[in-house]
Amino acid sequence: MDYSQFLVMRSEISLLVVFLLIFLIDTFGGQKSLKGLSITACVLFALHTVWNIIPVESASAFGGMYHTSPMASMVKTVLNIGTFIVLLQSISWSATPDVKLRRGEFYELLLVTLFGMYLMVSSGHFLLFFIGLETASLPMAALIAITKKDSESYEAGAKYLFTAVFSSALFLLGLSFLYGVAGSLYFDDIATSVAANSTPLFIATLVFVLAGMGFKLSLVPFHLWTADVYEGAPTQVTSYLSVISKGSAAFALMLVLYKVFAFEPAVWQGIMWALIVLTITVGNLFAIRQKNLKRFLAFSSISQAGYIMLGIVADSIQGTTALVYYVLVYIFSNLAAFGVISSIEHNTGKVSMDDYNGLYKTNPKLSVIMMLAMFSLAGIPPFAGFFSKFFIFASAIHSGFYILVLIALLNTIISLYYYLLVVKAMFINTENECVIAPFRSDNGSRVSLVVCVAGILLLGIASCVYGYFADLSVLGI
Amino acid sequence: MNFLSLFVLIPLLMMLGLWIARDMKQIRTVAVIGSTLLLALSVYTLVEFLAERAAGNTATMLFTDSRMWYAPLNIHYAVGVDGVSVAMLLLSSIIVFAGVFASWKINPLPKEFFLWFMLLSTGVFGFFISVDLFTMFMFYEVALIPMYLLIGVWGSGRKNYSAMKLTLMLMGGSALLMIGILGIYYQSGLHSMNVVEIAEHGNIPMNWQYFLFPMTFVGFGVLGAMFPFHTWSPDGHASAPTAVSMLHAGVLMKLGGYGCFRVAIYLMPQAANELAWIFLILTGISVVYGAFSACVQTDLKYINAYSSVSHCGLVLFAILMLNTTAMTGAVMQMLSHGLMTALFFALIGMIYGRTHTRDIREMGGLMQIMPFLSVGYVIAGLASLGLPGLSGFVAEMTIFVGSFEHTDTFHRVLTIVACTSIVITAVYILRVVGKLLYGAVQNEHHRELKDAEWWERLSVITLIVCVVAIGSFPHWISDLIREGVEPITNLLSQAL
Repeated sequence: MDYSQFLVMRSEISLLVVFLLIFLIDTFGGQKSLKGLSITACVLFALHTVWNIIPVESASAFGGMYHTSPMASMVKTVLNIGTFIVLLQSISWSATPDVKLRRGEFYELLLVTLFGMYLMVSSGHFLLFFIGLETASLPMAALIAITKKDSESYEAGAKYLFTAVFSSALFLLGLSFLYGVAGSLYFDDIATSVAANSTPLFIATLVFVLAGMGFKLSLVPFHLWTADVYEGAPTQVTSYLSVISKGSAAFALMLVLYKVFAFEPAVWQGIMWALIVLTITVGNLFAIRQKNLKRFLAFSSISQAGYIMLGIVADSIQGTTALVYYVLVYIFSNLAAFGVISSIEHNTGKVSMDDYNGLYKTNPKLSVIMMLAMFSLAGIPPFAGFFSKFFIFASAIHSGFYILVLIALLNTIISLYYYLLVVKAMFINTENECVIAPFRSDNGSRVSLVVCVAGILLLGIASCVYGYFADLSVLGI
Repeated sequence: MNFLSLFVLIPLLMMLGLWIARDMKQIRTVAVIGSTLLLALSVYTLVEFLAERAAGNTATMLFTDSRMWYAPLNIHYAVGVDGVSVAMLLLSSIIVFAGVFASWKINPLPKEFFLWFMLLSTGVFGFFISVDLFTMFMFYEVALIPMYLLIGVWGSGRKNYSAMKLTLMLMGGSALLMIGILGIYYQSGLHSMNVVEIAEHGNIPMNWQYFLFPMTFVGFGVLGAMFPFHTWSPDGHASAPTAVSMLHAGVLMKLGGYGCFRVAIYLMPQAANELAWIFLILTGISVVYGAFSACVQTDLKYINAYSSVSHCGLVLFAILMLNTTAMTGAVMQMLSHGLMTALFFALIGMIYGRTHTRDIREMGGLMQIMPFLSVGYVIAGLASLGLPGLSGFVAEMTIFVGSFEHTDTFHRVLTIVACTSIVITAVYILRVVGKLLYGAVQNEHHRELKDAEWWERLSVITLIVCVVAIGSFPHWISDLIREGVEPITNLLSQAL
């Protein structure tokens, strides 16, 4: 066996090293090193991010089981950046008495799920893909249930576990059909063998695979777990779940559809068309009624997933670029929002939108950041969200989906309404007394919020990021 | 760097200055210096533009500059001006200047107010200098969103409702617009977002034009208060603080007219020729309906808001007449309406600041109490109803002469219907003037009120001077505009 193949998996290996180091410190470290564990994790992870920031060349390993490309490598960097921000935001939370003892587990589980996502993003075989999917899902359930004394967290963990297992089962059923049809689980083999003789069974496979991934992405009608899990999970885990998990699943789904089901795009485009309309509309309509900000962001993230899918439905290189760019911008915007929410929750325990009334009076900086996040999510220029929305719509329009984009655009008005509700609470509803007293957030959150704001302000104006992604996606996924 | 970019840069630098400013005095200093610079810059642009044209430069757009921004989609940051945009830049800078003085005593949160105000101006100026569809659209949306907070935080009355309604309706318009722009981009076969390039070399298939023209026209038409999408306008204007009403009615609504003209009609002349009649009917309704609605209102701001619907409807109406005279009139009407409506809203704000009511039934005899403001109001009113010598007359005269150039019954009838709005305007203007200014004093407390302060006088006088200048010396401005309109009407007559 040629061991140099492992070098292709540079990013996986370095993540594994980070994981092992944290595991060793957690297991054998003294009182002092345990205290600094969260800082250590941030530093190690930052090193890992920087180490992998230059994308690897396209390469395959283990007979095509593992396949990576510059774009896939870039996606990992995008996920790394998001994870790093989440790690920053969880520094002070991980020192709370309830979590303190299990701090090491938090970091370990988090990194394991990330590892699973890496595998999904760069797999060339459905077996590896499935292993990645499971590695990303099962530890996640433990993460969601990590706050021991909180029954809601437990409930959320159980809900997530059941739906994840159920969706995996569906996915596996699809894979078994696929194996029956194609006689192989290699992406490339399936594409060539099935293109020759397509059967209705293959369509059934497609449906099952879509359903399985739909759960991960919380596409409507597979979204029912989302709100409860988001609400029950600790905010840090929720934010991780809403951006990193979603972003990787979106890219993985694109990988499968573009590579395996490439011969008949019209079929899955039709299904996706309906899924997108449902996802965006239902997500938006339900978000309007939410008062709890975590539930609110859950529904908002459902509708955002719908927008992300527009990049997939485009079935083009432009779509790939727009999708990855959208995910990057979405990570910054959504994490800015979650950063503010978790900071406020950590300091005052408030998560209801009514509690945010008059926040600008007491915590002007946090409210401005929250406003930027909301505007970016709603797609208002000159913030990054506008650019990512524009490009993802442009990619869909380029492939001829005028009506779909029109529906999506009309939905942005609904989404603007509820994003403005948050802005309204903070800036306009100042008649009554303010519930949240002034406080100083911890340094980790501050750094993370500064990073997010920089991303929101600069990612759109600096066109080089999108240009770079476009150059990478030309090289294939 | 092209000097046109300063129009975007100055407001941005002002925002930076405001961010640093510590007290009211510094905030005012920054605002005054910045808005004066903008005014000077737009005058400079005008002078340079005229000099360049006099020297025989006949390019459609002058002072062009184009930098690659998003290479994969061939999006440029491209600027350039023609006669129409020079006029619009001038209008915007005058109103921003007057607006700064009209909000001299804004309370609470003066810093934030000016920050948003300047963001709004950035969008407005950026929109008028852009010749790239993407940057144009971006600046358009930049100008819209500050309205939400400006009305929501500093507004009065049903401000929450109005702010939300306004923002959502305008964003709805821009949703249609985005489809239109992307459609134009992909169907023109050029892989370019440059307006002039698409207009000169693009070839959008006719069946696509039937789809994209209504999208863009309605998209911009929402901001131009086209019936039935005008409903945001009265509420929005009534609730907005003074300077915002001024800028909004004075400039922002012109973005709609300008966009219809520059994007919808310029890029899709064939569809414009064929579909104009539908929108002519709609805008005709705006003109008359707005005027009638203004007659029955009792709130001063609502009266002027409906009057704006009527006058802005006239702008779109004239643009849709698709000939040089009417279109020139349309742009003049934008200028004229922009100035006089800003004047109106400034005066109403000042009166409201004193009497704390805008209901005309509760006020009277203001001429004795605050003669300066009242005289200003009379002048604005006379300009609005088209007294010769003031701007309104010139604009409306040009529009109706241009409209009557069409010889067919449909256009003639519509023109006559639209003409009646002049009479109705006289009704509601004179009603207010008579009641508010010359009637008996309704509230004895009003006798103690003071007339305008110096900053208010400055704001009012600036606007009056401009209204009179356009009204008395219309030639230079109409030549300037005509020369910007002609490339478009040439395309239109080729497309017939």
